[in-house]
Order: sequence, then C-alpha cells, then structure tokens
Amino acid sequence: MKITIVDYNSGNLSSVINSFKEVAKDKVNIEVTGDLNKIKSSDKVVLPGQGSFKSCVDALNKINGLTEALHEFAMNNKKPLLGICVGLQMFADIGYEETETKGLGWISGKVSKIDNQNGKYKLPHIGWNQINIVKQSKIFENIKNNSHMYFVHSYEFIPEDKNVISATTDYSSNIVCSVETENIFGTQFHPEKSDKLGLKIIDNFINI
Amino acid sequence: MLKNRIIPCLDVKNGRVVKGVNFVDLKDAGDPVEQAKIYSDGGADEICFLDITASNENRDTIYNVVERTSKKCFVPLTVGGGVRSIDDINKLLNCGADKVSINTAAVENPKVILDSSKKFGSQCIVVAIDAKKNGDKWEIFTHGGRNNSGLDALEYAKKMEDNGAGELLVTSMDRDGTQIGYDVDLMSKIASKVNIPLIASGGVGNLDHLVDGIKLGNASAVLAASIFHYGKHSVQEAKEYLDSKGIPVRI
Repeated sequence: MKITIVDYNSGNLSSVINSFKEVAKDKVNIEVTGDLNKIKSSDKVVLPGQGSFKSCVDALNKINGLTEALHEFAMNNKKPLLGICVGLQMFADIGYEETETKGLGWISGKVSKIDNQNGKYKLPHIGWNQINIVKQSKIFENIKNNSHMYFVHSYEFIPEDKNVISATTDYSSNIVCSVETENIFGTQFHPEKSDKLGLKIIDNFINI
Repeated sequence: MLKNRIIPCLDVKNGRVVKGVNFVDLKDAGDPVEQAKIYSDGGADEICFLDITASNENRDTIYNVVERTSKKCFVPLTVGGGVRSIDDINKLLNCGADKVSINTAAVENPKVILDSSKKFGSQCIVVAIDAKKNGDKWEIFTHGGRNNSGLDALEYAKKMEDNGAGELLVTSMDRDGTQIGYDVDLMSKIASKVNIPLIASGGVGNLDHLVDGIKLGNASAVLAASIFHYGKHSVQEAKEYLDSKGIPVRI
C-alpha cells in the first residue's frame, strides 16, 4: 500500500511524516510529494494544513493541476483521504480567514472564526480537549468517547449537513472536530501530536 | 473542556541536558531525547527545549536533538533559545519542532514575529517574555536576562499579540531559579491584557505553585523545569495534584 502525504509547500510537515512513519513501520510505503502522478497512483492521501485557510488554498492552487488531482482522487475515484486541521477546513465551500476564500467544496459549509464570547475564550484554541464522538467513524475504531486530542486553531468548520460530523469538542460551543462522509475523513485536531491515541487514529486510517 | 497544560522544560547545552531527570534506568542521562521521552510517556502535554548553547559553532547541535526527539515523542515540541531569524525558525520546524519560542529577536525586531507568523502560521510562534519588576511595572529583559530593554511588559505583550504571536511564554526574572513560585501578579495582568494563551514560567518550587499559576495567574499552561528534575515530582504526580485541586488536566 502507498500513502501520500501531500506536500504543497505550506507549513511544516515533519510531525505528520514522523507519526505516519512511526505507525506504518515497514508495512506501508509513505510518500511525501506534490507530484500529481504519484498522488493519483496512491491508495490513500493525507492532506495536512497549517497557517491560514487562505494561505493553504493559495499554496494548493500554486501547484498546477493539484486541486484537480485531489478532486479526482477523492470525489471521482472515492479513495480514502484524510484532511488534518486546515486540510479538513479546506473541504468547505468557503473560508473567512484573512479574506473570503473559496475552498475545495467537497463538503458544503463554511469556515468561520470561533466565537470567543467577547474574550471569554482565548484564541487560538490551543491544547488538549476531549472529543465527543457523535457518530461511529472508521478512524475512531478503539478510540473511547471523551478521549483527549491536541488542538490548535482559531477557525471552525461549519458543515451544512450535520450528518457528516463524527465528533465535536466543547470550546465556546460544540465545535466540529471530525468529519466522515464516504471515503473522506477529516480531523480538526492533530492526531500526529495527540500521543498514543492520535497514533491509533492514524493507524485506523492506514487500516481502512 | 480544554485542559490546562503542564510543560516540562529541559535546558540543553551543546546537545546535552544541563539538568535533568536522574533515573537509574537511563542509558544516557544527558541525552535530551531520552529525557523528553520519559516526560511524554509520563503524560507531559508538551515538551520544551531551551537551548542555552553559548558558542555559535555548537549551535547546530540543537537541530540534531530536535530531529531525534520528534521521531520518538508525539506530543507538541517547543524549542527556544537563540532563535533569531526566519531561517532559524524554518530549520527548527523542518527538524520536527512544532513551535519555536522567540525572545531577544522579537524585542530587537518585532517584525520578525509579524513575518514569521504570516509565513508559518501563528500556531507555531511563541513569544518568550522575560520580565522584571521595576516599581509598579514590569520591564522586558533580553539576552537571557542580562539587558534591560526598558519596554513595558504589558504593552509589549499586547503588541506581540497584534503582531501575530500564537502564545506568550512569560518568565518572571525575579522569580526564575528561586523556587518561591510564579509572579502571579505579572501573569494575571498580562493574561487579562491579551486574548492569546499564556504559559507561566519562572519560580516553581512545589506543586502548589503550579496550582497558583493557573488559579491566580490565569495561565493556560504552566512550565516548570527543576521540580521535574532528579525525580522530585513526576508529571503524573503534578497532574493528579492539579486534578485534586479542581483544575482540569488531561489524565
């Protein structure tokens, strides 16, 4: 099996790479690339994302044909894809960080700033928070409800269809922190930084 | 519910731990990687390395330490000390650091915070504030506490938030190394001035000080070095103690 972590020159991939290699050991081939053909021939794709929604979308668009290749992989060929943090947020139609920016439009919805209730809640939402699993997801196999995961973000994904939500976390309101629809998976938290349970989620994705 | 974080900090010099956990089963007690692994296995919410390497020729030792640690520890790793430029930040992130903390360079050139948070995202930019009380205010010190910049700590903290810092790591120079507790007055004043999380540092001598940092200092996270060294307290003990005092922690 070949898993590609998409390298589109946006942010730091080291932790994602290290965690996937740790879990995969020798049984799975982990590639880190923005090469379209390599992405197309992968069995699974991981789409990380750091920085702002706009900077990530801009970086994706800078590589000619990349969004089309990802679309073909996830939407047409229905192969498993995991978005992490802004990688998940980009599934949306639109994001409002920095300026209004069009997303990939794979899951209808928007990405808006978390309501900090007039300063009551610090932003970014940084640290360990519990996930409330609202729907069984393949990546939550053997993950207990209320497990702690590591978060760092100021914006939240608000999907139109609430059925895609697999987990929420409580910070100011019930924030969507995981989605699953058919072959598309996403986590707002960072499984690569969430210790053993995070590695278990990565293992679950590898084993889908 | 978001939990308060406990962050053990290791001082690293020329690639070796200066002080550290003195466990007998360690193969190499001076190896920061082994120490970091003990902390993360023990439930540390993050790991912090402070590079205190003085000479420039040994500066690169930290990159190797970070690279090896990030392959073994799967909790966030913050690295500070001598971080001066976008290039330094880039190198540390590429080696596997999740955040970098920037001190002197942020005072001398605040634009470095603006530029780096734009380039890498606020989530990985921690501004380290070393402050010392002078009359009824606190002033910012640089170069490991040697130089007084004369800047007001509260105003500076706000400015760093505006420049894109994701977190503030606030150390009281008056308390650092004293083991008499955080300067909770300083912490709470800065915490109420900004809307980004504050990590309290400097002065922890016992577990009650950690409680005070959160309850009185309003810190989101507490950083400590010496109480975790030489096995005085484990991270797990600290967490259980905080939990018993009604502070939300990840256990």
